Order: sequence, then C-alpha cells, then structure tokens
Amino acid sequence: MELTVGPNQFFWPAEQWSTFYRELAGTPVDRVVLGELVCSKRLPFYQDRIPEALAALADAGKEAVLTSLALVTLKRERKLTAELAEMGVTVEINDLTALANLPQGTGFHVGPLINVYNEGTLAWLASLGAKRVCLPPELPLASVETLARAASGLGVAIEVWGHGRLPLAVSGRCYHARLHKRTKDNCQFACEADPDGLEVRTLEGQPFMAMNGVQTLSDSYACADYHIEALAAAGVSALRLSPQSHGFSGLCQAYRARLNGESPRGALASEVRKISPDIRLSDGFLTGPCGASWSADPASA
Amino acid sequence: MEIVCPAGTPAALRAAVKAGAHTVYCGFNDETNARNFPGLNFDRSEMRDGVAFAHSHGAKVLVAVNTFPRAGDQPVWHRAIDDAENAGADAVILADPGLLDYAARTHPGLRLHLSVQAAAANADIINYYARTFGVKRVVLPRVLSVPEIAAINAETEAETEVFVFGGLCVMAEGRCSLSSYATGLSPNMNGVCSPASHVEYHNDNGALDAKLGGYTIHRAAKDEPAPYPTLCKGCFSAGGQTGHLFEDPASLNAEQLIPQLHKAGVTALKIEGRQRSKSYVAQVVRNFRAAVDALEAGQPLPQGMLARLSEGQAMTTGAYKKTWR
Repeated sequence: MELTVGPNQFFWPAEQWSTFYRELAGTPVDRVVLGELVCSKRLPFYQDRIPEALAALADAGKEAVLTSLALVTLKRERKLTAELAEMGVTVEINDLTALANLPQGTGFHVGPLINVYNEGTLAWLASLGAKRVCLPPELPLASVETLARAASGLGVAIEVWGHGRLPLAVSGRCYHARLHKRTKDNCQFACEADPDGLEVRTLEGQPFMAMNGVQTLSDSYACADYHIEALAAAGVSALRLSPQSHGFSGLCQAYRARLNGESPRGALASEVRKISPDIRLSDGFLTGPCGASWSADPASA
Repeated sequence: MEIVCPAGTPAALRAAVKAGAHTVYCGFNDETNARNFPGLNFDRSEMRDGVAFAHSHGAKVLVAVNTFPRAGDQPVWHRAIDDAENAGADAVILADPGLLDYAARTHPGLRLHLSVQAAAANADIINYYARTFGVKRVVLPRVLSVPEIAAINAETEAETEVFVFGGLCVMAEGRCSLSSYATGLSPNMNGVCSPASHVEYHNDNGALDAKLGGYTIHRAAKDEPAPYPTLCKGCFSAGGQTGHLFEDPASLNAEQLIPQLHKAGVTALKIEGRQRSKSYVAQVVRNFRAAVDALEAGQPLPQGMLARLSEGQAMTTGAYKKTWR
C-alpha cells in the first residue's frame, strides 16, 4: 500500500510551511497533496513558496498534487480554483466547482471532502477522468470494500483516511474569528495561533472537537492501525496521512514500517502515541459504533 | 415568488395546500430522504394520493431523494426516483451526482432540482449541474449572503430557491459528519442529524443537562428553556471561553428579507420543518403566502407576521447578513 500526505488543513507560518515540505521530501511517502484546502485568505502567505516545494518533492520522486479549496463561494475563490487547472500539476478536487474548470479529458484526483458514497458517483467521476479517489472518512469498512471493488473495474485507485484529525464540517462562518469576537472579513488570522486546531471541549470538560477557522475537526486523531490488513484485502491502494505540526516525519516512517509488515498490529498506534503523547485516537468510522470510537478501547468494541 | 412548504405527513400536505402553498416538498418513508424520522413521510400510495390532491388544488409536489445512496444498495434510491415520477411528482430534489446521472439518463422527462445537501455555493458549479444533468433549480446552501445570492442569479439560468424559515444549518449541508462522529448516524447516509435516539437528559440539582451521544452539550438552569441538543448549536468551551461557539440555538427567520431576496432574483422561498405539526405548517404557510401576495401586489409586507411562532425562541437571519460570518 502507498502513503499519500494530504493537504495541510491548518495555517502555519510560511517558514514552517516550507520546512515541512522540505523534510517531507526525505520521508518514505509516495504522494503529497499541497495547497490551501480550508480558507482562501491563508494562501497569499505561502503561495509563492509552492513551486519550490513542488520541485523538491518531484526531485525526491514523490508525486505532487495540488488541492482545490473545500468550499468555493467568492469570486476570488472561483478564480483561484479555475487557475489550478493551468498549473501543469494534477489537481485534487475537494469541491465539485473545480470540475467545472478542468479542461475536458484532464485526469484528476478526488479528495475526501467530495461525497463519493456509492458506485454511481464513483463511475460518474471516473467517466470524467478521475484516476484516484480518497473516500470520505465517514464511510464504514463495508462501503470501502464495495467501492474499492467497483473502482478496480474503473481503473481508479482508492485511498482511505489513515491518520490525523478528521475533517468533520466546513462552514461559511469562521469560528476562530467568532471566538475572538471578530467577523470572517476581519479575522486577523486568529487560526494561526493553533497549528493543529483549537481544542473544543464539552461542558463536562470532555475533549470533543477542534476548530480550525471555517473548519470543524475531530478532537481525536484517526489511526488506521487495526484495519490495515482489511483495507489492503479490499484493494485499497493508499492510506492518507494528514499533516500535523510535530513529529510528522516519524509518523510517516512508522506508517511505512507497519505497511511493510515490519511492525505488528497495535504497534503503530503505540508509536503514534509516543510521537504525540497527548492525543486521543479513533477509528470508529470504519467499524465502530460512531466515528469517535477506538478499536483498542473495550467500550468501542 | 413561489413558496415551497414542508409536508412530513399526508395530513400536513393537505394542510399546507389548503393554507396556500404554491408547492409542497416531501419524501418517502425510508432512508432516501434527509428527514428520515419515525412516523414521518409517505408510503407509495400516500405519495400518489398526495400528488393528486395537490394537483387538484393547483399546487405542485417536489419529492426529496436527497441522501447519498449507500454503496451496494443504490437500487433503493433508484426506485425512489422511479416511484416519484410514477406518482406524478413535479420534480425530484437530488444531491448525489450518481443519482443525478441516473435520473438524467433514465428519466429524461423528469424535472431535477439540486438539493441543499449538494452545497452548490457559486455560479460555476450551479451552471455545471445545469449543463451536465439538466438541473432546473438549485436550493442554495445557508452559507451565502444576499449580495452573493444576487451575484449567483446574475450568472446562472437555473432557478434558485432559498430557505427563509425554520431550522438553520450552519455547516455546509451534505458535508458535515459531526453527528456521525458523535452518534454513528449521519445526515448524508441516514437522513438524520443529532438523532433523538442518542439524546439523554439528566437532572442535576435543578439544572438540566442535555447529552448527545454521551457528550454534554447543553446545561439549562432551573426555569431556563432547554433547547434540543443539536451538535452545532451546543454549548462548548475553547480558548478559555464557554458558550455557543458555533451557532446559538436559534431558528432562521428571513421574513423581512423577502423583498431583498426577490430583488436578488430568487425564484422560490423554502420553509423548513417536515417534522413539524400540520397546524404549525398551515400557520407558517398562511403567513408567507400573505407576504409574497403583498409583495406581488406592491403592498408593504405584514409586519412581524410570525411573532406567535417565534415567541420565546431566538431568531436569526443567519448568513444572509454578511456579519454572521
């Protein structure tokens, strides 16, 4: 199975952004999707660094892919989305708006924020040129299996969310700005203070979600450790790792070792916990009673 | 302007039609529509009768088949589209591209509307849906301001329909798995959000805690109203603050914006509430019908027409005003 690094969901200082992609070139991953997924206001801060990152990744033998924005509303965002098709790099669509801009016959990838829930939608996207689909994290393993079977007949590679905070929702409203009593137009980039999202707890202090500008994420970090054999048997061709601000190279290596059969079931989760001691893990969308469930937790079984 | 009214039951359909609805929307009683609640929706013969009743009173019926078909079980959703056409529906409301593709290929005479669950939020994607599947009308997501809606209408031939009253989704519809994360049931796959089956109330020394999927997301002091614990309208803490971090537990009421929405080129005004009683539906429909009739006649809008229904309940114009964002 291959490893794909998804687009960074958070807003990092430009230098940290560059360093991250420089280091990624040295990790055992096969594919890197980069660019702005969540908020078009963040892009100008690092846009001019994208070509250099693309070149470094290509030199290191990685496939480099550019993401579209997750929710396109403004004129400026429509223009940005249209321009993606002209960059000469494969585009991962994360809003169907990007489809309207791709020249007919251009191959493209489909990201996890597009609702590919069934064979009909998969076949329709394949007929338009989809070569690779990262399924929405919400799908249960049974659906993943059905879709992976259908995809093999269509020549489409299937990817599944393997690691990182789960993208749960996207809005027109910026919650970081709202928390600081600002509007989205005057957000003053409040989200930059939270490089992995801002923890949101329940009234009993239970960790629950994370806010990231207009995006809402899970508090827990997905970890596919316990399902890798089932996913491989289903014909899933890649796991997606979602960037985090610390220890990411080590995570890539740990996932690689697990995929190579060098570490047993459960060892990857331990390794992930070693790298990020404070995080909670989940894999409930695949087989659990709810998304937040975790295989190693007896209550989730 | 056309008012598009909810009908969760055959009785609500008849009430809405008698109260002056131009159009009623409803769904089959299964997971093919996004209001899949027990005791709600239409079986096949009720749908045929409902359409016949509406047509005999000069009203139209739209059938929502707006969840995302489950892999391996697409025939259930395909049959819903087939049966909607057989029942005489004036249009089907769809969100899933695979279903739109199916409907466009196998039912070329059937009028297609794009559900709000597709979250089509700009003119490029709306025109793409119109061009690709022949979609005639798009229900706009509740994340757009009135000027943005006007800009969309200036660039597209497709009709637009917007929500003016009832529940307010603050996340882009069809792209939210908060409910599924906390409860295992989702709007996209199961047609439910923050399902009642996962709600628990606990009385703690007079304070009433509301939990969803085991997460405490609201606490009402004695004598304080206890709203239904909908995830995005829950109470949370972050960054040292506690409160309604995403959205207050408020309903949408855009009655005063009707003239602006009309000027923005909107074709239809949608009222949310298929889960509401027939008397509620009838009253809301009467008021909105009076408002659009007044508008057409060039008369001022009746003021505060929904005050009785909104009493004690917070109201917002949501994203229609840009400052909301």
